[in-house]
Amino acid sequence: MEKRDFHIVAETGIHARPATLLVQSASKFNSDINLEYKGKSVNLKSIMGVMSLGVGQGADVTISAEGTDEADAINAIVDTMKKEGLTE
Amino acid sequence: MTKTLKGIAASDGIAIAKAYLLVQPDLSFSKSVIDDVTKETDRLQSAIDKSHDELQQIRDSAAKSLGEEEAQVFDAHMMILADPEFTGAVKTKIADEKVNAEAALDEVSTTFIGMFEAMTDNPYMQERAADIRDVTKRMMAHLLGVELPNPALIHEEVIIVAHDLTPSDTAQLNKKYVKAFVTDIGGRTAHSAIMARTLEIPAIVGAESVTTDITAGQEVIVDGNNGDIVIEPSAEEVTEYQEAAKAYATQKAEWQKLKNSATETANGVHFELAANIGTPKDLQGVLDNGAEAVGLYRTEFLYMDSAELPSEDDQFEAYKAVLEGMNGKPVVVRTMDIGGDKHLPYLPLPEEMNPFLGYRAIRISLDRQDIFRTQLRALLRASAFGRLRIMFPMIATLQEFRQAKGVLEEEKAKLVADGVKVGDIEVGIMIEIPAAAVLADQFAKEVDFFSIGTNDLIQYTMAADRGNEHVSYLYQPYNPSILRLVKHVIDSAHAEGKWAGMCGEAAGDPIMVPMLVGLGLDEFSMSATSILKVRSLMKNLNTEDMKQLAEKAINVSLTNDDNIKLVKENVKY
Repeated sequence: MEKRDFHIVAETGIHARPATLLVQSASKFNSDINLEYKGKSVNLKSIMGVMSLGVGQGADVTISAEGTDEADAINAIVDTMKKEGLTE
Repeated sequence: MTKTLKGIAASDGIAIAKAYLLVQPDLSFSKSVIDDVTKETDRLQSAIDKSHDELQQIRDSAAKSLGEEEAQVFDAHMMILADPEFTGAVKTKIADEKVNAEAALDEVSTTFIGMFEAMTDNPYMQERAADIRDVTKRMMAHLLGVELPNPALIHEEVIIVAHDLTPSDTAQLNKKYVKAFVTDIGGRTAHSAIMARTLEIPAIVGAESVTTDITAGQEVIVDGNNGDIVIEPSAEEVTEYQEAAKAYATQKAEWQKLKNSATETANGVHFELAANIGTPKDLQGVLDNGAEAVGLYRTEFLYMDSAELPSEDDQFEAYKAVLEGMNGKPVVVRTMDIGGDKHLPYLPLPEEMNPFLGYRAIRISLDRQDIFRTQLRALLRASAFGRLRIMFPMIATLQEFRQAKGVLEEEKAKLVADGVKVGDIEVGIMIEIPAAAVLADQFAKEVDFFSIGTNDLIQYTMAADRGNEHVSYLYQPYNPSILRLVKHVIDSAHAEGKWAGMCGEAAGDPIMVPMLVGLGLDEFSMSATSILKVRSLMKNLNTEDMKQLAEKAINVSLTNDDNIKLVKENVKY
């Protein structure tokens, strides 16, 4: 299993457009990918799951991937996070 | 067989095309127990697949005809459709509870909608509830085998037939193919009517039974000049209306010649003809019709067309575009007028017994100063790019005006301290509440201008809901009671060296204009499409004669009808 911690710096948090892009990015992989925030874990392939967490600016979140393409999946997600300015 | 219906003529012009029924189908179902889970899951999957294909098609079509931004809502719909937590929950419910797909879908979506709607501290999430509702509707239609109307897919000339049209309905229409609107309900001030005038297509509203009397695909004639709808016309009727349409086009071409002329009466007195707009996109129509100003920029569309509160920068860009587009001509911007019949999905307002008498417009702005200050800052920053006039809606008391102006001054001082350039701004109020009209002499000492909003002023003076057809006879713009209020407002402005305008429908009304000229109204703001018609009418009027006419209208006439008769007998059209 691959695991990575992130500190969210974006002013609006994981919200609207970034949430959409994260889900799109996660959905390309076979691995099970989860987003964890404040002890709650949701499927990163679920837009409703991601949005229901209400991740705001300054939040610390963990993303984990488990499956055959877990390493690629995490890398792709890191890219998206950076590109969208969610994290530094 | 030809059949004729009659409605309220809401936008001029004549159109002949096939009917497109924008009507929501019946999506009711009954819950049942199933024994073949695989079969039921397959039904659900097939509904998901069909919905997905349809959304993809709509998305592509919307991107092409309406733009990438309008198309994004369908991306959001497709993501919900593809959401494993959502559709997965429906499948689980079918398997565990052995219920039919319709019931499982309904229950799961109700749970999700409830969850998102409960996030009252996050307006964006609350709006996602509407997306889930839309997707559920589409899936349900496929499960039930009924067809949802997909206005974004229209690709031939049509006349839109609907019970009513909401802003979200019209946002999905490809304007290129829409030749006219006809609706069951609504009046001249309904969204569909205003939209039609902006698009310069004919519209008839309040025709009561169009959605039942007209079937999809039938040929229909819409005569927006007099409110006639002809269903399945004969060949003679088609010819007759084609000629009428030609004559109307000739008349319009005649008016078009006045585009660059000054607005002057027969005896050489000038009046300012301005246009009402909703978005910067409407500017083209304003310029094409030779408006001398923007007399009403309804900023609520900035809020209504957005998924969340528009940012200061987004607002600044919109205001700047309008000010620059008008090239030094004045622009009256009305601050947010939300509430009444206008709602924001992300700004939940309390349920009210009488929304038009409730929490709306300046009352919200003064209460939610975070929203108000953002708008004022955007306006102040934009003021450097043109001639800005700020107008506060729904002012009832002097305290409200002073408070609103105080907030404006505070934001201005902050910006100036930060070195931001701010232009000279006139600050005025809408006169739509009788209390403000009656006290106009006092207000005139403190405001820079008045703009009379007739639709609300009439509704509040007559105590008659303008959307309620049972009391629509009380919509009486020419009633001497209304005219006396208007006169008092104009006289009060002039006594203090200020100006008075009108930005309601009445300002472009051929019966009202002669009386307003007589009363000395300074500025007339109307749908851009009415400007040249009014300019042409004013050329025939003499202000001295109209003063006498107005005097009679106020002191001799007793009723609305008296004044219609009076004007028709004394004015040459």
